[in-house]
Amino acid sequence: MISKQDVDHVALLARLELTEEEKELYTQQLNKILNAAKALQEVDTDNIPPTAHVLPIQNVFREDRVGKSIDPEKALAIAPEREESFFKVPKIV
Amino acid sequence: MTQYETVIGIEVHVELKTNTKIFCNCTTEFGGEPNHHTCPVCLGLPGTLPVLNKKVVEYAVRAGLALNCQVAEFSKFDRKNYYYPDLPKNYQVSQFDLPIARQGYVEVEVEGQIKRIGIHHMHMEEDAGKLVHQGNIMTTPYSLVDYNRGGMPLIEIVSEPDMRSPEEARAYVEKLRAIIQYTGVSDCRMEEGSLRCDVNISVRPVGQQELGTKAEIKNLNSFRALQRAAAYEVERQISVLETGGRVIQETRTWDEAKGITVSMRSKEEAHDYRYFPDPDLVPVVLDNQWIEFIKDSLPELPDQRRSRYVEQYGLPEYDATILTLTKEMSDYFEEIIGHYDKPKVISNWMMGEMSRLLNVSGTDITACKIKPLQLAELVKLIDQGTISGKIAKTVFEEMFESGKDPAVIVKEKGLVQISDEGAIASVVDEMIAANPKSVEDFKAGKDKAIGFLVGQVMKATKGKANPDVVNKLLREKLQ
Repeated sequence: MISKQDVDHVALLARLELTEEEKELYTQQLNKILNAAKALQEVDTDNIPPTAHVLPIQNVFREDRVGKSIDPEKALAIAPEREESFFKVPKIV
Repeated sequence: MTQYETVIGIEVHVELKTNTKIFCNCTTEFGGEPNHHTCPVCLGLPGTLPVLNKKVVEYAVRAGLALNCQVAEFSKFDRKNYYYPDLPKNYQVSQFDLPIARQGYVEVEVEGQIKRIGIHHMHMEEDAGKLVHQGNIMTTPYSLVDYNRGGMPLIEIVSEPDMRSPEEARAYVEKLRAIIQYTGVSDCRMEEGSLRCDVNISVRPVGQQELGTKAEIKNLNSFRALQRAAAYEVERQISVLETGGRVIQETRTWDEAKGITVSMRSKEEAHDYRYFPDPDLVPVVLDNQWIEFIKDSLPELPDQRRSRYVEQYGLPEYDATILTLTKEMSDYFEEIIGHYDKPKVISNWMMGEMSRLLNVSGTDITACKIKPLQLAELVKLIDQGTISGKIAKTVFEEMFESGKDPAVIVKEKGLVQISDEGAIASVVDEMIAANPKSVEDFKAGKDKAIGFLVGQVMKATKGKANPDVVNKLLREKLQ
């Protein structure tokens, strides 16, 4: 069971500000989702290794050769604010 | 009074010396303009896909093998989720339950005792960006972010809680650094941040099985800081317990200037990382052939090199240990030996004058102006009798300052040793005449008195007289 405290906790981790109504709603919705997922837990998974990736692919590598970085002006265009060529953000303690 | 036992475990992050970042082809070059080494992948823009740098895997395996680890045949990447401005994606790509290597160890020597420190595991991950503050995080009005470092390849080496003192903690990181440096996968420069360590410390009453509550210490950028911070933290925790308090599990930062650790008061909730497999990256499966190939290509490691110094060069264990502590020092030493094969004499110079001047000037051997060939030449000048050992120290200091050739300094300053008996004889006569008391003592059988006379002659010749010749002449004349 997901409690309202769990929703508070997850919202904080995701930096979401929720109203009381939203918290109620998400508590219900998340519980429904978990219930649906319970069906999966019925499956016998003894002796089956956990899935690391859904596709049967492995070892996709790149050679260690330097390519071009992008124009720093383009990178900084997405900055909320900038100072010289730094991204400027509120301090987080 | 309760006796306490200290328990220390250490996490070490090492930046790998590849040309490009771990998941994109941006350069890893140090010191570029802020945010000039970035691309849509390392900035975490939507729609991009990371592709693993093969060299990172090779280097990680090399380090893992050098640390006596089991290398995993199957390994994968996971997302470690947390919000912080140095992390553009709001998750760090790391490895959680299937790291590249596990169960290794290194051996350290503390107070003559060899101890094995276990390595729980080693994993690959990407570095975060760098935050720049005015003053420190508490005083700054805002943060500036440079993502050049974001996506640089790291390995994190997590020890077992096997260390029992600040000295062991220091010895462990020193040894780890040496081993990784020798493998060539990283420079391991603590001051530049290419080796960073977080130290977990707890104390418990002697005999108690259960571990005490630990604190994690960050911001340790020298071996000295590490040892001092650990020693401080042990005392702090003991005094908390002794006064009836409880140690709080928290992250603390080392304040170098004040010599104390300070709580960072981060919220407990911040440590809920909700790891899950990264669907953008596929598993890494290593075949034995590749692992064996890397194993065969491992260079000589510190312990092997130390044994060789004892066997091949006939050096004492102590010298061999000190000289092999860093790869730079050891390589420098070997280059001198290549020019002039006098290991013990050269070891004495390295551990004596060289270490002293490096300490005083606060630099390390890589910045030393004296080239290995020049130090070899200096020792040759002594052996050939061109200068005395005493004068050689003066020449060495001058070489350290200016980087000039020893022969040039000797010539410029007129420091050539006087071995000509005729030239020395007149000074010897003068000193005999000026010191009748010592002459009398010597003749009365006090052999030590001659030392004083030798000293007087050396002083009169400003150290340039050949002491052997002075000794010989004095004895002849006083017979």
